[in-house]
Amino acid sequence: MSTCSVSKGCFVFKPSPKKRKLSQKTVNYFRERNNASEDTDVRFVTCQSLWNQIKLETEQIQEDLNKQLFDNLVSFLRQSHSEFQEKTTEWTCRMKSREIPTAALVLGVNVTDHDLTFRSLSEVLQNNITPYIALLEAKDCPGIKNLMQKLMGQLMNCYIDVDSLEDEDHMQVSQNKIRCSMTSIISWYQNVTKKTDSETPSKKRTSSSRHWQSPPVVVIFKDMESFTTKVLQDFIVISSQHIHELPLVLVFGIATSPMIIHSLLPHSVSSLLCIELFQSLSCKEHLSTIIDKLLLTAQFPFKLGEKVLQVLINIFLYHDFSVQNFIKGFQLCIVEHFYSQPLSVLCCPLVDAKKRVNSLSHDQCENIRRLPSFRRYVENQASEKQILLLTADNFLKEITQKLLEDLYVYHENYVSVLRCLHVFTSSLPKYPLGKQIRELHCACLENRVWETEEYESSLQLARMLNKSDLVTMLQQCVEIFVSSSGKEFDKTIEKLKEFLTQFQELEVAEAFQEQDGSVSAQKELQKKTDLYHLQKTLLELKESRRSKKLTKFEMLRFEVVDYVDSLVRTYLVPADHKTLHEIMYFNTASVLRGHLNAAPRVALHTALNNPYCYLKNQALKSDGGNISNKAPDICIVYKLHLECGRLINLVDWLEAFSTVVTAVEGPNTDAASSDQVDDIIHARFIRAVSELELLGFIKPSKQKTDHVARLTWGGC
Amino acid sequence: MSQAGRRERAALEVKFVPDEEVLKHIAEDSGIKVRKDKTQLTVTLKTFVKKLEDISDDGAQEILEEKNYVAALGICAQGSMGNGSSVSGGEVYSFQTPKRSSKMVELASELAQTPGQIVAAGHSECPEKTAKTPQSSKRPGSNKAQQRSKKKEFVSTTPYRLRKRLAAPDPDLESESEYSASCSEGDEDDQKEGSAGLSGQKTSAKTKAASVSPPRNTLAKKVKEDKMSNLVEEYFEAHSSSKVLTSDRTLQKLQKRRLNQQTLHDLLKKAPLAYAAEIKELNQQHESLFSKWMLHLHWGFNIVLYGLGSKRDLLEKFRTSVLQDSIHLVVNGYFPSITVRSILNSITEEVLDHTGTFHSPLDHLEFIIKRFKEDSSLELYVLIHNLDSQMLRGERSQQILAQLSSLPNIYLIASIDHINAPLMWDQAKLSLYNWLWYETTTFSPYAEETSYENSLLVQQSGSLALSSLTHVLRSLTLNARGIFRLLARYQLEHKDNPSYPGLSFQDFYQQCREAFLVNSDLTLRAQLTEFRDHKLIRTKRGGDGVEYLFIPVDDSTLTDFLEKEDEDV
Repeated sequence: MSTCSVSKGCFVFKPSPKKRKLSQKTVNYFRERNNASEDTDVRFVTCQSLWNQIKLETEQIQEDLNKQLFDNLVSFLRQSHSEFQEKTTEWTCRMKSREIPTAALVLGVNVTDHDLTFRSLSEVLQNNITPYIALLEAKDCPGIKNLMQKLMGQLMNCYIDVDSLEDEDHMQVSQNKIRCSMTSIISWYQNVTKKTDSETPSKKRTSSSRHWQSPPVVVIFKDMESFTTKVLQDFIVISSQHIHELPLVLVFGIATSPMIIHSLLPHSVSSLLCIELFQSLSCKEHLSTIIDKLLLTAQFPFKLGEKVLQVLINIFLYHDFSVQNFIKGFQLCIVEHFYSQPLSVLCCPLVDAKKRVNSLSHDQCENIRRLPSFRRYVENQASEKQILLLTADNFLKEITQKLLEDLYVYHENYVSVLRCLHVFTSSLPKYPLGKQIRELHCACLENRVWETEEYESSLQLARMLNKSDLVTMLQQCVEIFVSSSGKEFDKTIEKLKEFLTQFQELEVAEAFQEQDGSVSAQKELQKKTDLYHLQKTLLELKESRRSKKLTKFEMLRFEVVDYVDSLVRTYLVPADHKTLHEIMYFNTASVLRGHLNAAPRVALHTALNNPYCYLKNQALKSDGGNISNKAPDICIVYKLHLECGRLINLVDWLEAFSTVVTAVEGPNTDAASSDQVDDIIHARFIRAVSELELLGFIKPSKQKTDHVARLTWGGC
Repeated sequence: MSQAGRRERAALEVKFVPDEEVLKHIAEDSGIKVRKDKTQLTVTLKTFVKKLEDISDDGAQEILEEKNYVAALGICAQGSMGNGSSVSGGEVYSFQTPKRSSKMVELASELAQTPGQIVAAGHSECPEKTAKTPQSSKRPGSNKAQQRSKKKEFVSTTPYRLRKRLAAPDPDLESESEYSASCSEGDEDDQKEGSAGLSGQKTSAKTKAASVSPPRNTLAKKVKEDKMSNLVEEYFEAHSSSKVLTSDRTLQKLQKRRLNQQTLHDLLKKAPLAYAAEIKELNQQHESLFSKWMLHLHWGFNIVLYGLGSKRDLLEKFRTSVLQDSIHLVVNGYFPSITVRSILNSITEEVLDHTGTFHSPLDHLEFIIKRFKEDSSLELYVLIHNLDSQMLRGERSQQILAQLSSLPNIYLIASIDHINAPLMWDQAKLSLYNWLWYETTTFSPYAEETSYENSLLVQQSGSLALSSLTHVLRSLTLNARGIFRLLARYQLEHKDNPSYPGLSFQDFYQQCREAFLVNSDLTLRAQLTEFRDHKLIRTKRGGDGVEYLFIPVDDSTLTDFLEKEDEDV
């Protein structure tokens, strides 16, 4: 069946059921390209389990981060309608003012992350406050009618969810047939609450343990800014009329700033709301936590290379601020890594990896030998060992196990020392190595960090820290090392503690000295009161200070900084200097960028301007900005049209085109066939022009006959 | 070139610039000045040499810029296929729009001239030319003639302008009109080019008055100022004046047969596809990624293909080779009357076997989402050719498609072609789509995509419109057809009047009455409603509140229609 038709645009293909396999396994696609290697299944499973782990972890992080916010919200919702529960007179008098309790949730500009937040929010509310929650999105509610419809649909459905199927007869009336109005919602609400009242006591107990007798109805506007003002206003005004019958609470999801409420709603409407503001955690902090928990940990064997990480962070910072997209990019990295690197089968926890090394095939051993980092390693070995490494698979496996272990140890140490260094650098003025730990991480991955200028200057700044800062930093470092899983740090901790005690001793000693010094100085000042002598003594003091040898504190400070420096030099070696790093690190940033941050227009531009990039034909080869006249028609037509102004005369264009094309084909066309050729050229021109139109470079213009208008415009 | 764009950038970012770079900048600037000045002096070829040098200069600069950009993104590695990444944004977004009108011809002749070779960035083959064209050409005439004749050896059909400047005594060519503004009357332009009364555009156009170069300094200054003014101002400057300098020639004067769709198709079949081997190789590269596509689809991503060339064949290949055993839906986005509703309908009716209608697309979508969520074994691959087509690019359609694609068991593969296609999506939609971008430059012609009757130079046949017109009319009463014919005739009588608003209802009624077609304005109104329902006529309210009627079909189709009708009657 063909998919070309002049009467139809959609074609469905349904294979006969018996022929249809029940969804080919994803692993097959994993295999297809690398059918040489037999580890694909293992690799696929590893990949999947790793991703699932990471996904769980990210969800956990998200939950933890939102906990505070949700707690506040829950307590707000509890309070908001407490009067309704008690049915006091106070309630009525307050409700005379018809204020709807409203929570304004400022979530930040990363709109794409909000979905997840709202989902967990409604879960939390469902568990703690009320079963009656409606999530509304602007795109579903172009008018007040749609809004009410949506609202009722969601409210009544959720009712069914909570109380199982017991009262199906009630729901028999389809929601479409109920007139969508506030009164029907109210009658529904009264019905529902009455029912729970009259239910069996045991049932009531269970439900009332979670919800009150008359739980509030929560309406969440996911994207408040994109709602039509009219719809919002109408809804608020209408529901405020009924607030005494229906305990309604609104939640506004706001991406910009709380001021938007007042600019969207006129005073008469916003005065019907009793707004309380809630601020969610900023997406930057969220990202930091994610990086902290996913990358700067020895928990996951998979690591990101410097460039890849940089690409992901840049997309985050310059494009969307979306943590979800960051995680998506991370996912892509995992898939790509396991797909393209046959040795990624070893990218798993150390215990498994060791086992897998033993069962590696010869091909895989060859793969290991081909790794650049491994070759570097071999070159540094003694010659007989080299031969063994390159010939004996068993020996290779042994060494590989050892190297892998080294790599794991390196990771563990790396993280602790990195954090320790971050403690120092993050408090320096101007942050020469970056404020965030991710910047430091990137710097360390990229190069030997101690060879950089920034590192040098930060050490210099660290040498000028004052004592109290230094002591707190040291304490923090001790904590980091104590909590780290690395085994080599016992000595380090001891050493740091020693520094700390030295500082304390120094303090005591200094206190003595200071007393002495100040007393003597005072004495001297008291003794000589005339100006001349005073000046003289001051000069002397200054002199002595300049030439003074380093104080004990300064010496100690130097020692500390040097010690940290030595730690950095031993542990923060960039990963790509490590043997076998290719197994753990994903480093092909170009693939990632091509898939996530593509530039379709650049591709188009290159194809049109420099077809040789794609069509490797010598005739097309050119340097500079020009194209050959043998280029494909569309390139020539494009090039010609660049020379025109706002309007293009088709005749001129056609003639210019045929000049170029006939010149290429040579003047040997004899007169008889010239007409024929002309027609073909004409047709080719028409095709190229229509293609340019499809691409959006030109459009037909009515301004002048046989003219088209250019749609692209630029300087010069 | 991208001078202005670059300048603006420079204003925005403060960066350290080493001395060499500064020097380069200065050198480049002078180059531009010279080039701008050439508007009124120096011989054609000379300027070309200049221009070419400029371009090579630009190239160097571009590479530098590109480095910055790449550094900013933290990438150095080049993809194996993503050659596109080697161009900076400044270059892509500045399309030169020179104010002179003959540039295209020049470029064409220049391209034609270099026989089979590339138009290299100058230095190797240019010395010869520069030698021939002295810097201060005192005797441009002879020089030019010499060159022209030289040119003529290479070029079989010399462009019109050049031929003319050869002063060849070709009378019918000489009488042709020259360049004129779009609103100016034609007669004035029939003047000979060399005549004293050079109109404004002509001086700005490159003329043979090359030896006259009085206001050079002032012009240079002005050019400089021009460059300083930012892009925005230039844009509005270019678009503010209604005058556009293009020649007045039309296709009709060319006496070239208008091609209809069929002949065009046949002709193109005859023409061999250039670089077939290379294109095939490109396609094979893309095809090798099919399994990866499937992998990514199954990991929850959707795939969007971009790049020059029709991606239809590639997707078809993908469909026939990989998707044979699974349910899939192919959507031809370029189909002129495709709608989101028809896509949703084919999903519900043919995939889900559901009969029934829906109130709105939103309900429809909800139903589909529900069904797919309930049944996780249900899988659907959706292939959309040209997701950015006229009919699908609307906000609401995209929203619905995005929501559809976000379902875990719907896999979407789409292609985009329009240069501004990515602007369709905001962050929310992008996250719903969850795209993975694949560059698939194929260089294959957009045969299928441009085959519908709406393409630019083929629209004249209008056979579809014509047949629908006759079909509808045939079902109407004799009087109704008479009414329509009356309107059509009236419209044809006024076809030369560009400001013809349509026939006002009162006049129309009067005429119909006179022809005994209607007896009251009510009957006429009833008839018109019928026409309107079939989209045969359209009404427009004029400035004075009078209703004007017209037929939204182009004149040639209407003429054909009337001829046919007359035959029938």
